[in-house]
Amino acid sequence: MKFTCLASLGFALLLTVGLAAAQSSQPAAPPAAADAGAAAAQMALARQIVLHGSPQGAHACATCHGEQGQGRIKAAFPHLAGLPRGYLVRQLQHFDVLARDNPSMQAIAHKLTSTQIDALATYFSRQVPPPIMPPATPPPALGTELALQGRNAVPACVTCHGPGGRGLGGALSAAFPPIAGQPAVYIERQLKAWKQGQRPPGPDGLMGAIAKHLSVAEITAVSQYFAAQPTLVVASAPEVKP
Amino acid sequence: MSAIMRPRARMRSLAMLPLAALALSACEHSAPPQKNSAASAVAAKPGKPAAVAFTPPPLHAIPDDAFGAEVRKGEALFRNTAAHAPQYVGNTLTCQNCHLDAGRLADSAPMWAAWVSYPAYRSKNQRVNTFQERLQGCFKFSMNGKAPPLGAPELVALEAYSYWMAQGAPTGARLIGAGYPKLARPAQGWDYARGESVYREHCALCHAADGQGLMVDGKAWFPPLWGPQSYNWGAGMSRLDLAAGFIKANMPLGNGNNLSDQQAWDVAYYIDSHERPQDPRYMGSIEATRVAFHDGPYETYGRTVQGHRLGAGAGVTGGSTVEHMMQARGAAAAPLRD
Repeated sequence: MKFTCLASLGFALLLTVGLAAAQSSQPAAPPAAADAGAAAAQMALARQIVLHGSPQGAHACATCHGEQGQGRIKAAFPHLAGLPRGYLVRQLQHFDVLARDNPSMQAIAHKLTSTQIDALATYFSRQVPPPIMPPATPPPALGTELALQGRNAVPACVTCHGPGGRGLGGALSAAFPPIAGQPAVYIERQLKAWKQGQRPPGPDGLMGAIAKHLSVAEITAVSQYFAAQPTLVVASAPEVKP
Repeated sequence: MSAIMRPRARMRSLAMLPLAALALSACEHSAPPQKNSAASAVAAKPGKPAAVAFTPPPLHAIPDDAFGAEVRKGEALFRNTAAHAPQYVGNTLTCQNCHLDAGRLADSAPMWAAWVSYPAYRSKNQRVNTFQERLQGCFKFSMNGKAPPLGAPELVALEAYSYWMAQGAPTGARLIGAGYPKLARPAQGWDYARGESVYREHCALCHAADGQGLMVDGKAWFPPLWGPQSYNWGAGMSRLDLAAGFIKANMPLGNGNNLSDQQAWDVAYYIDSHERPQDPRYMGSIEATRVAFHDGPYETYGRTVQGHRLGAGAGVTGGSTVEHMMQARGAAAAPLRD
């Protein structure tokens, strides 16, 4: 296979294809009409919970994360739109068992069934990430250096989180999620949680090991860097409406 | 828009360069000169000089003058080698794939430690090599390219970068973190099946199940570990002791020193049991080349692993992995045991 013919494919398409491939343990994307019906039903289920909460009492996602998962930067609620489905499923599972220490999310995740979690993760993964406004001041040089070059035993963040923190697609994005444009305070909280062992450290314990090498000043700087990066706009991602 | 893809091993006609037997071998560390420094020396073993701690200056300290410009050129070449030295690079690797943090990281063959170790006598070619000659070896073997002539701007830039990083380091001292850590020979030897299991669990996410890594915008984002775009059979990383030391200290990237020594040896063996570009010192047959250059205990070249004799060179026999080649020959898969 020639690189050049692959190169002409859009990244968005690759991401979509890659995500499907990454989730090979799950049912593949529905090709047939019957499956299309099931997919529509799944999106309807997700939208119901997003807007109104679940019958079991889980709060509506939209309250904090927005109807399309745009998040709320000022309140440090992360955007969920466009994040890999596998990543989102894993986070809800972690919230449920308090592996991610967040009482609000624990209360919600605990009330969701695996079918509902799957539907919500699929729904948000198919939304378009919110555009990120360029910051008034450029991110600190320290943050830029850590993000793009790394330092000592800390590899450049973009090594795993992709150019601009927009992910590398496929199984890699599910393991190392896109982080571009997330609220700085949110990113900072996650790095501190890893540093203190309060969030599962991910594949091979990487984020736990890396965060422990970072000083508080470095955490703040690198969080500001990624908060200022534009999100990937997945132009060709299908907008699924119920 | 980024083009991110898993590369496939490409078939490529391999330029075999029969060279003199005295060619350099990349990434091999010569014995450090026997000299000592009193400053910040630690725990000397009897008969061995104490190792000296050293920290390179931060990158922002590169001076803003003509010399600093040359240092920056070297740093840029180090990070993005093919873009800055295209005529001398024959694969998608960069210097910093093996020398992490752009050649600054201890236990990852840092360039500040290399700088104070040359000129040095190397048993490999039985003469004293200059620093530039040592760099030539990297291009010929690890980069599977060709050696820039002595004094070439590319070598001067790398030399300036290394010299600048080593400022204040005592010449000839044994620096802590030089080269890769030397691991004791493993009690259980090394094993393909165990190595494959380590690879799948800890390496395949980034380097891919087929070892071909990840390409982003035409660059090796995660480097290919075997196959036509990886280091060739003459590179130091094709030696198990060096590969195991690198892996132990540095992999998985960001969380080094977490694999056991045994895991590092096993996975090094698994990686170096796959085909890669031919040794440019090829003598006309695998056996002759093995005898001349690969007769050591840590070599896989010329050995038979999984029913395949290693050393054919990637791209020659139609695939990059033992499995591919066996499939191509219609052979049944051998049990995962060496």
